[in-house]
Amino acid sequence: MLQSETRPQTILLPVKPVFIILTLVAALLINLLPWSGWLLAIKPDFVALVLLCWCVQQPRRVGFTSAMLLGLAMDVADGSLFGQHALAYSMLAFAALVLHRRVLGFTVKDQILHVIPLLLANDLIILLIRKFAGADFPGVSYFAGSFIAGALWPAIFYLLKLPQVPKTDPDHV
Amino acid sequence: MEYTPPPLFNRGPTPLVRLFLCALVSLGLLIADARYQYLDNIRQAVSVVVYPLQRLAGTPGAIFDRIGDFFVTQARLREDNARLAEQNLKNAVQLRQFEALTAENAHLRDLLAARQRIAAGTTAAEVLYTGRDPFTRRVIIDKGLQADLKAGQPVIDELGVIGQVTRVYPWLSEVTLITDKEQVVPVQNLRNGLRAVLGGTGNDGELELKFIPLNADFKPGDRLITSGIDGVYPPGLPVGEVTNVERNAAYLFARIACKPVAGVASHAQVLVVNWENKIPERPPQAEKSAGGKKRRGS
Repeated sequence: MLQSETRPQTILLPVKPVFIILTLVAALLINLLPWSGWLLAIKPDFVALVLLCWCVQQPRRVGFTSAMLLGLAMDVADGSLFGQHALAYSMLAFAALVLHRRVLGFTVKDQILHVIPLLLANDLIILLIRKFAGADFPGVSYFAGSFIAGALWPAIFYLLKLPQVPKTDPDHV
Repeated sequence: MEYTPPPLFNRGPTPLVRLFLCALVSLGLLIADARYQYLDNIRQAVSVVVYPLQRLAGTPGAIFDRIGDFFVTQARLREDNARLAEQNLKNAVQLRQFEALTAENAHLRDLLAARQRIAAGTTAAEVLYTGRDPFTRRVIIDKGLQADLKAGQPVIDELGVIGQVTRVYPWLSEVTLITDKEQVVPVQNLRNGLRAVLGGTGNDGELELKFIPLNADFKPGDRLITSGIDGVYPPGLPVGEVTNVERNAAYLFARIACKPVAGVASHAQVLVVNWENKIPERPPQAEKSAGGKKRRGS
């Protein structure tokens, strides 16, 4: 099934900008849920995940502007240093824009192997910024979220693509 | 004659240039925030946009809690009621004694012409969620500029100090917990009145007394209360309890581990203490001798 998504290429419908905005806001909303305890420790960064997905699928519509705006929103909501998420997300957007043709050439399963390093790099940038600002390393579980995000990638990729797949009508040629 | 390519494939600046611009802006923001704390106004403006989302994200949990409250069993209510009545009775006795002692204390201070202690007002607030930033220990409470909160106010629960308001948004505030690595509370030992500075370690439920000489009289079980000499925390609030004292002659200071008294990691309702201490100005010669390289703001 994963194979069929990429190989016989169907021509997708143009994506609705409202759908992009809605999914990004929804991701922000999920990030803002009152997570706590061990769930918080392994929570993937949904904003980074959805942003990466859109940057790969629609590199001409989602890019640096969305990354910066979402990053600033995350910084304020988290009360973290102003600009740390903005910087990390713009790096993520850059990597996605450069790599999107290559990533799309793989099956969704193999794309995970591209996604996890990118999200880990995202975590690493934030970690480095905080290290410079004088914080302690919060433990290895800090990186756990990115692996879980990698596991969620196929589902997110498929869901974001779904509205663009044309409905095939067998009676219509 | 000049030819320009048709704008068919015009994609604007290359990704690298855009990345460079974004990185420049972000780094500028980072430095301005971390180094100079210039950005509180921008932060507040963005927070107005994010606030509805934050509330919306908190709604399912709040509704769930409310439904849970509704289906509370009668047995539990009766149990709670009995317990609270008993507690109330105990408290009432202590309160009478406390009132008498307060009056006596005020009278004695009058006699000694000492400065009066100021009663502190409080604002009740609710913890919306714990901060998601894994590098700090913070919670977000549901009162802000609208309730006249100010950065620097102490936050307590029914057992003792849990932290300090560090950033105020229009409708929310950020409270840095006493377990945060960079948070310190001036305390004194209830048993012998020794002053000390209690700092967080960055781990839940762990505090540490800082810069205590090896021979200082601290024992496990000692209770630590705020000393009030900082002018930020009102004196006499319970903060922590000494759990372990480690004296190693190889180090300059004793390692004194403590644990917080208040439910720092688990709480729903908190009180923000509105306490302004009017300390008399420092005598000028003390300022001169303490000055020099490093002068700390009050």
